[in-house]
Amino acid sequence: MLFPLNVTDAQTRRWGKILVGPVSLHLTGAGATVIIGPNGSGKTTLLHLLHGTARLHAGTIAWQVPMAEARAVQSFVFQRPVMLRRSVVDNIAYPLVIRGIRKSEARAQAHDWVKRIGLDEMADRPATSLSGGEQQKLALARAFITAPQVVFLDEPCAALDGRATAEIEAILQEQMAQGTRLILSTHDMGQARRLADEVVFLRAGQVHETGPATPFFSAPQTDAAHAFLNGDIVE
Amino acid sequence: MVDLWDGLTQAFWLVITLDRELAEIALRSLYVTLTALVIACLIAFPLAAFLAVRRFRFRRLIIAILNALMGLPPVVVGLIVYVLLSRSGPFGVLGLLFTPTAMIIAQIIIIVPLIASIAHQSLRDLWQEYHDLLISMNVSQGQKMRTLIWDARRALLTASLAGFGRGIGEVGAIMIVGGNIDNVTRVLTTAIALETGKGAFALALALGFVLIALTIAVNLMIHWLGQTEREGRW
Ligand SMILES: Nc1ncnc2c1ncn2[C@@H]1O[C@H](COP(=O)(O)OP(=O)(O)OP(=O)(O)O)[C@@H](O)[C@H]1O
Ligand SMILES: [Mg+2]
Repeated sequence: MLFPLNVTDAQTRRWGKILVGPVSLHLTGAGATVIIGPNGSGKTTLLHLLHGTARLHAGTIAWQVPMAEARAVQSFVFQRPVMLRRSVVDNIAYPLVIRGIRKSEARAQAHDWVKRIGLDEMADRPATSLSGGEQQKLALARAFITAPQVVFLDEPCAALDGRATAEIEAILQEQMAQGTRLILSTHDMGQARRLADEVVFLRAGQVHETGPATPFFSAPQTDAAHAFLNGDIVE
Repeated sequence: MVDLWDGLTQAFWLVITLDRELAEIALRSLYVTLTALVIACLIAFPLAAFLAVRRFRFRRLIIAILNALMGLPPVVVGLIVYVLLSRSGPFGVLGLLFTPTAMIIAQIIIIVPLIASIAHQSLRDLWQEYHDLLISMNVSQGQKMRTLIWDARRALLTASLAGFGRGIGEVGAIMIVGGNIDNVTRVLTTAIALETGKGAFALALALGFVLIALTIAVNLMIHWLGQTEREGRW
C-alpha cells in the first residue's frame, strides 16, 4: 500500500517565485481525494509534486515506498490530454507494451477498454483526430489499463458534457470499488461532492483547508472555503 | 539545344535497349547510395533521438557541430577517407581504397550529419509533446528513443530522402576514394563527369537524365511505401 501519504512543508518554485507551498498534508487515501481551488491556486502543480514529476525544492513527500516505486504503480491523466501519434487502440495499449507485455495481448486488453469508453468505431483512427472529450476518455482508459494503485486526474471532465461526465464518473466509481485510489482536481463542485472522500482546498499555493468530505461540504471551517463553495469569487 | 535533344533521345535509346553498361553503372549508383543510406539512418536516428531525450553537458555543442557538418564539402571528406584508407594510412591494410565499400564509407560520413540534424528537429518537437506523459509512465531511456523514432517515422522518412538526394548526386568524394574505375567503381555521377570531360555531351546528358529519373523513382517509391501504411495521415 502507498498510503498514508505524508507531505511536510513541500515547496516548489519557478524563477524564484513559490508556485506551491509550503504544503503539509496527511492523506489516508480513502477512495477519492479531491483537490479544489481557484484557477492558478496550484492544483496541477500539487498533483505533479505528489506524483514526483515536479521538482520538490523543500520539504518531503513520503509515500510508504520510495517515490520511484510509487510512481510505477500510479498513472496521471493530464489537464490537456497528450495523444501519441498512433491509433486509438495503440495509445491505450502503450503502457502495457512499455511493461513488456506482448503486443497482441496488449491490443486485446486495449480493445476491451476501447469498448468500455464507447470508442469502438474509431479504434483504428489516429488518436489526434479525436475530439477533446474523446481524447480525455482515451487518456482515462490509458491510465487505468495497467490497474494502478493510484490515479491522478487533473480536471478529467473539464472538456466534457453532462452525459460524458456521468460516463466517466461511472468508470471512476467502478475503479474505486476495485480498490484504486483517486487523487483528482476539479472545478465542478457537483463532481467534488459526488466523488470526494477527502477534500484539499487550495488557495494561492497553500492548503487553506483540508479534511473528510462530508463535514467539509456541510460546514466548511474557513470563510474562504465557505465563499468558494457558494460560488463566490475567491482569489 | 541540339545537345539537350540529342541527350534525351540517347537516354531514351539507352534505356529501352537496356544497355548493359548503363544498367551496371546505374545499379552500382543505387547500391552504393542505398547501402550508405541504410547504414547512415541506423546511426543518425538513434543519435538524433538520444540528443532529443538526454540532457548532458556537451549536448548543445554536439548539435551545433552536427548542424555545421551538414555543409561538409564532399571533396574534403573524400580526401580524408582517401588518406585513411590509402596503403600507408591507418586502415590501409584493409585494402578498401578504390572499392565500392570506400565510396559507401565516404557517403555515410557525408549524409549522417544531414539526416541526424533534420531528424533531431522533428524528434525534439515530438519530445516536447510527449515529455510529461512518458516521464509520468516511467519509460526507460531506450523506450523513449524507440517511441519517438516510431511515432516520428514520417518525418524521418523525409530526412532519409534528403540523405538519399545528397548521396546519389554526390561526385567529389566518390571520385577520389572510388577512382571512377570502369566496371568496378564507376557510377552515374562519375561517368557523367568523365563523359563531359571527353566532350561526349550527349552521352553525359543521357546519363544525367537517367540519374534524375532514378532519383524521382526512388523518391516516389519510398513515399509510396510510407503512404500504404494503414493508419495513414501522419
Ligand atoms: N512552468 C511554470 N512556470 C512558471 N509558472 C508556473 C508554471 N507552472 C505553473 N505556474 C504558475 O503556478 C501557479 C499554479 O499553477 P497551476 O497550474 O498549478 O494552477 P491550477 O490550480 O492547476 O490552475 P487551473 O485551475 O487554471 O488549472 C500559477 O500561478 C501558474 O501561473
Ligand atoms: Mg490546473
